[in-house]
Amino acid sequence: MSADPFSNRKPETGAFFQRDRLWHPPAFTPDYKTSVLRSPQKALLSLDNTLSEITGPVFGHNMLGELDNDLIHNFAKPGESAIGPRIIVYGRVLDERGKGVPGALLEFWQANAGGRYRHKKEGYLAALDPNFGGCGRTITNEEGNYAFRTIQPGPYPWPNGVNDWRPAHIHFSVFGHGFAQRLITQMYFEGDPMIWQCPIVKTIPDRAAVESLIAALDREATIPMDARAYKFDIVLRGRRSSLFENRLEGN
Amino acid sequence: MAQALNRLKESASQTAGPYVHIGLTPNFCDIKGVYPADLGATMVNEKTKGERITIRARVLDGTGTPLKDALIEIWQADADGLYNSPSEMRGTADPHFAGWGRKATDMDTGECVFETIKPGRVPFKNGRKMAPHISFWIVARGINIGLQTRMYFPEEEAANAEDPVLARIEHKVRVPTLIAQRAADGAYVFDIHLQGEKETVFFDI
Ligand SMILES: [Fe+3]
Repeated sequence: MSADPFSNRKPETGAFFQRDRLWHPPAFTPDYKTSVLRSPQKALLSLDNTLSEITGPVFGHNMLGELDNDLIHNFAKPGESAIGPRIIVYGRVLDERGKGVPGALLEFWQANAGGRYRHKKEGYLAALDPNFGGCGRTITNEEGNYAFRTIQPGPYPWPNGVNDWRPAHIHFSVFGHGFAQRLITQMYFEGDPMIWQCPIVKTIPDRAAVESLIAALDREATIPMDARAYKFDIVLRGRRSSLFENRLEGN
Repeated sequence: MAQALNRLKESASQTAGPYVHIGLTPNFCDIKGVYPADLGATMVNEKTKGERITIRARVLDGTGTPLKDALIEIWQADADGLYNSPSEMRGTADPHFAGWGRKATDMDTGECVFETIKPGRVPFKNGRKMAPHISFWIVARGINIGLQTRMYFPEEEAANAEDPVLARIEHKVRVPTLIAQRAADGAYVFDIHLQGEKETVFFDI
């Protein structure tokens, strides 16, 4: 390959940094009861990435519809909009080296302002909003930035303990450049006392790791008389430089 | 003291939860009209090169019950062993094959079906060829961080025997957990066991 190895615009082919499994939630977290029968019990097989994990599919901006990043309108009848506090969520997808990740596919889903999901297996008595579907997506730009509009979701009860509630949150699925970077996480809202009471949040052992999932209210990015803004940055695994590839002898 | 490396920490994973379909396969869960189709639902077209295969996958919990709310993504090379990715430097993959698929498991049976092609062989780091395989990523309610594994092919006995990843599995009795079975109709059946005696080998990769 003759490409300039110092340009971050060229495809990168290095393996991803090892995942810090003490920072992520472990598989077995008995206070989140569903994990008990769904957690692998044997040790994971640790392997350096092969081409199968270093590579990943590309998602082009041309697949996006005009309203994909507008949950206030993408399911609403013409001229109507979803009910609830209007917000903008924006931020940057970076990797562990601090580099912006361009072309990352972000998909997000959430409950409506009353805490109700549009799903046939959802039985919470809060009302559905006929103008709110609850899904959206976008792709980061050259610098790794993204933004979307939505309504602030409500907290909701869930069957775990007899009286467990989820803090308001937005689910995020993130697709970076390699299949090894695949990540699903959740965004929480600054100042919500329920974050620290949630069994799913508490699967994360490290307080700083939880804090990095709490979006900050950003008064400077609000649109006056329209929507407040929350900033939520997402970090994906970094990757090693392939400047000095490890050459195995005798193969 | 030394200079700071200024590395960031990867965002912590959180479970995909029971309503992952809303975000990743909205048409599958009857949220219509937002996206024209669910991403990754169709992997091949009439121009895709390679042998057509069907994979029927399930994810089973510690009691052997199939998960009815799981979501599986697969990633694979094309028929010539090339990935359709900018990080693929060995050549250009089949433009009619993205190599990536996504399916939710059926809400009644727990099964999901991928219509794809059999991948070619891809080299390991040392240049030796890995056996044909498909990478799997599994998320669901109760799974705190996405699980990574691979599916290999039962008819590739010789290639599997020299596969450098399968060779790393210390307990050889666990190797078959990564090898699909062939059903009478020719489909590959791949059961992913989260726990128990038949627990699938999952990777930290
Ligand atoms: Fe939720």
